[in-house]
Amino acid sequence: MEFTAMLRPMLEGAAVTLQMFFITLLLSLPLGLIVALARLSNYKPLSLIVEVYIWLMRGTPLMLQLLFVYYALPLIPYIGVKLPDFPAAVVAFVFNYAAYFAEIFRAGIQSIERGQYEAGKALGMTYGQTMKRIIIPQMIKRVLPPVSNETITLVKDTSLIYVLAMNDLLRTARTIVQRDFDMTPFVVAAVFYLAMTLVLTWIFNKLEQRYAAYDE
Amino acid sequence: MKMIRMKNIRKSFHNLEVLKGIELEVDPGEVVAIIGPSGSGKSTLLRCLNRLETIDQGSIEIEGEVLASAGPDGRSRYVQEDQARAICHKMGMVFQQFNLFPHMTVLDNLIEAPMTVKGVKKESIVPQAEELLRKVGLYEKKDNYPSRLSGGQKQRVAIARALAMQPDIMLFDEPTSALDPELTGEVLKAMRQLAQEHMTMLVVTHEMAFAREVAQRVIFMDNGEIVEAGTPEQLFGSPQHARTQAFLNSML
Repeated sequence: MEFTAMLRPMLEGAAVTLQMFFITLLLSLPLGLIVALARLSNYKPLSLIVEVYIWLMRGTPLMLQLLFVYYALPLIPYIGVKLPDFPAAVVAFVFNYAAYFAEIFRAGIQSIERGQYEAGKALGMTYGQTMKRIIIPQMIKRVLPPVSNETITLVKDTSLIYVLAMNDLLRTARTIVQRDFDMTPFVVAAVFYLAMTLVLTWIFNKLEQRYAAYDE
Repeated sequence: MKMIRMKNIRKSFHNLEVLKGIELEVDPGEVVAIIGPSGSGKSTLLRCLNRLETIDQGSIEIEGEVLASAGPDGRSRYVQEDQARAICHKMGMVFQQFNLFPHMTVLDNLIEAPMTVKGVKKESIVPQAEELLRKVGLYEKKDNYPSRLSGGQKQRVAIARALAMQPDIMLFDEPTSALDPELTGEVLKAMRQLAQEHMTMLVVTHEMAFAREVAQRVIFMDNGEIVEAGTPEQLFGSPQHARTQAFLNSML
């Protein structure tokens, strides 16, 4: 098979992988922040519910969660919904990654000195204002390295959507390999993942440089 | 009218009673120094005024407005959150550890609270903030981040930041204790200047010379109680209580 002919389905697979990656990142980062704030809430029932949620998300395989949302969720009486494959995968990924991001954000928030909250309060700021203007901006600097890690993991985790028979980059590569007995698609896939990782590493380095403007 | 009126303030951390029925009144423009050994409750007393700690019993009035009052069972009740916050706006606080916002420039540290809390427009607060920085001698540092400043400079920025909210009362919680000895002078100078402008000041300090020179009244606290209070001449010249004498001797 011609290299260019192979490239076309590979690019389509890469598009699925990229969409999955960006949509998950875009939704799980803000959700992770909300979950982190809920976990830190003084309202005990809320923080307990969030703790259970994080336990479930971290305590079961992401692949199981994908299968659950796609196959098992529709069977639940009353609340069950049948989602098409792509939205089902997005739901599973977003909830899973939000749990991990939430724990990173929580650690970041808790690492900010007590004196920062006290300074905000003494200046008349509300808890919300202090969080938004003082704590969270400082938290972002501290969590950039672990968030970068998690983001790079996400690029590669997207390949799990093959279990829902979705033709992402890796599944497409495998299909071609099995059909043509040519290993080139695997190499192409690897190059694509490596390139994505390189771009992400560069972006996070830039962000860290920007935040290096101030020391603590 | 009294600027601060605290009555029968009691406060415990778990089973340890750190404030045992404190009575304190402060007049407008008065500078009061609170001295005493560490663990005597002097910082806690200050922090109770702007709700960094909450009192268990007693009442607090700031400029005639009730912040917390004693209920029929003796327990203190604070007024509603937004009301309490409005009352606490009238007090600025300077911390031992400065607590500047490290992710903001010096100027942004000053304008942050007026903008977010009072909703003041940036154009109108910046000239005021720059004026305050000139006053504490740090105008040329306005675009620096706090990490670039010395301890004394940080504390002067912290004073300017508190002043940017235009408080009527300034609370100082051991403002020079974290500083190298050669840097305390510049901070004390800024405080002295404030006192000359008749700012009402409550200063928890180990700087006996400052207390003697600037304060109109010195309060000696020990073990959660006000042991003795008086003019600097009375307290430093002829302390009445043995505990005061022992403390002053230990400070020499």
